[in-house]
Amino acid sequence: MSQGFLVVLENRSGKVKKGSLEALAAARGVANATGGPVTAIVFGAGDAASRAVRFGPDRLLQVFLEPEAASRDAWIEVLARFVSSLEPACVLASATAFGKDCLAGLAARFQSSLLQDVTEMTLEGGHLLLKRPVYAGKAFEVVRPLSQPVFITLRPNVFPALEREVATVVEEKRESLAGVALGAVIEAIRESAGGKIELTEANAIVSGGRGIKGPEHYPLIEKLAEVLGAATGASRAVVDAGWVDHQLQVGQTGKTVSPALYLAVGISGAIQHLAGMSTSKCIVAINKDADAPIFKVANYGLVGDLFKIVPLLIEELKAFQAN
Amino acid sequence: MKIGVCVKKVPDTETRIKVGPDGRHAAMDGVSFIMNPYDEFAVEEGLQIKEKLGQGEVVLIAVGDDETSKILRSGLAMGADRAVLVNDPAICADEPYDVARALAAVVRKEGLQLVLCGKQGVGQDFQQVPALLAGILGWAQASVVVKLSVESGGLLAHREIEGGEELVRCALPAVVSAQKGLNTPRFASLKGIMAAKKKSVDVLSLAALGLPALERRSWEIVRLELPPSRPAGRVLEGEPEVQVKSLVELLHREAKVI
Repeated sequence: MSQGFLVVLENRSGKVKKGSLEALAAARGVANATGGPVTAIVFGAGDAASRAVRFGPDRLLQVFLEPEAASRDAWIEVLARFVSSLEPACVLASATAFGKDCLAGLAARFQSSLLQDVTEMTLEGGHLLLKRPVYAGKAFEVVRPLSQPVFITLRPNVFPALEREVATVVEEKRESLAGVALGAVIEAIRESAGGKIELTEANAIVSGGRGIKGPEHYPLIEKLAEVLGAATGASRAVVDAGWVDHQLQVGQTGKTVSPALYLAVGISGAIQHLAGMSTSKCIVAINKDADAPIFKVANYGLVGDLFKIVPLLIEELKAFQAN
Repeated sequence: MKIGVCVKKVPDTETRIKVGPDGRHAAMDGVSFIMNPYDEFAVEEGLQIKEKLGQGEVVLIAVGDDETSKILRSGLAMGADRAVLVNDPAICADEPYDVARALAAVVRKEGLQLVLCGKQGVGQDFQQVPALLAGILGWAQASVVVKLSVESGGLLAHREIEGGEELVRCALPAVVSAQKGLNTPRFASLKGIMAAKKKSVDVLSLAALGLPALERRSWEIVRLELPPSRPAGRVLEGEPEVQVKSLVELLHREAKVI
């Protein structure tokens, strides 16, 4: 009988991603009720052994590939070996580019589908129930697994990264890649310029819409974001007009986000946009049209000229922070 | 090169989602369907690769129902050469592995060397069929790709990751999934639309692909829920100076987000 959790941690340049710690803490929470060990697994050297242990794994496997490789094929192959030997009931990762890709490849090895972007993990009569957004968040599916292992990625920023004291056994593992075909190899990673905050991981987001009138005014959005320590986003209209890069698009066919604070500036609130941000904790809308749909989801609405309001807001926030 | 492009029929992104009569799926009455937007990037990329190489064939592949033929026609109108539709009620649309299994059988039957897909379908947002397909075929894969070049013997793909890009060198055969930004999909010309009417759409069953029905299910959908409605918001009155003062105060004291 398979039992317990295997949590795949993402190691980005020696640092475990926050979403991975959230997944680990979420697994610990469920395991406390269902029993079964929580095993964390991470590839390569870094702060995992010192940092991830605080979030409740019974075992932490630090895996070194021989020879070293940056390839999804290597990761999937080695993860499949551990899934076969540990027989976990559930394999978890954070729903990042790495987590989604690795777990999908891994699920294929076990003739299984997987649940991406899960936002709720609960127990009902001792059975796991999982909730995940569909139609970009216009609805949610509640799903009951029928076979094991269950492969799950958790949406970042949704589950709290609770620290828990557990006696963790840290083990180093060496895994040979002899005879493993590496079809896709990562040659380089290019970080975005300026160390921008990633939208899906941001605590606060300032997004600009068509109301900013042109790309020359987008720096106003960036200035407001800078004061708040926020990431910058945009509506589809702004992206399709070529004013900003598509990576900044929030909504259906863009990113789905759930920050603590979402500031929509000059965004009318098309249904595709609302789908991607309406799970934000606090929404602020600044728009000159009092009838804009964005005001229906906003906690605080400011009707008026954004070119007057935003500069004043920047000054007010600076004054607030100075106190 | 023989290129396959997987396409899916999805509800128009303007659709308001309602819970359907079974309580587990969205109501589809009166909904208009479109080609999954991410698949349009995949079709365009397939056509561009064929044009650049000056030879080859672009075959559209779908798992779907009778209405999916219309979606395939729109891809043929863009310039794809022909289409294969797997239409079998035994395929479980809620089980991405089952869909990927059927697609894989078509890929093998057609002897394709490169398969392009959208990075996700904007319906149930499973976000896994390209990776499952690569896994079943034992092929190389690059997902969420924003730039792709075909080089001697392989591909160089730029993958979107959090806060940057990954450059992935990928062997062939391969499955590549497209992200917005990869290209700008062309509109079908009138000539293309006329030509598409004469192009072939082969319809196949699981049996024709030599596949038995899938026995093991990964999960069942218990219910479909709509998101909780947000509490009524507050419009902050007054001159801009007053509005921003109240806002900063409320964000700090009430919402506690600054």
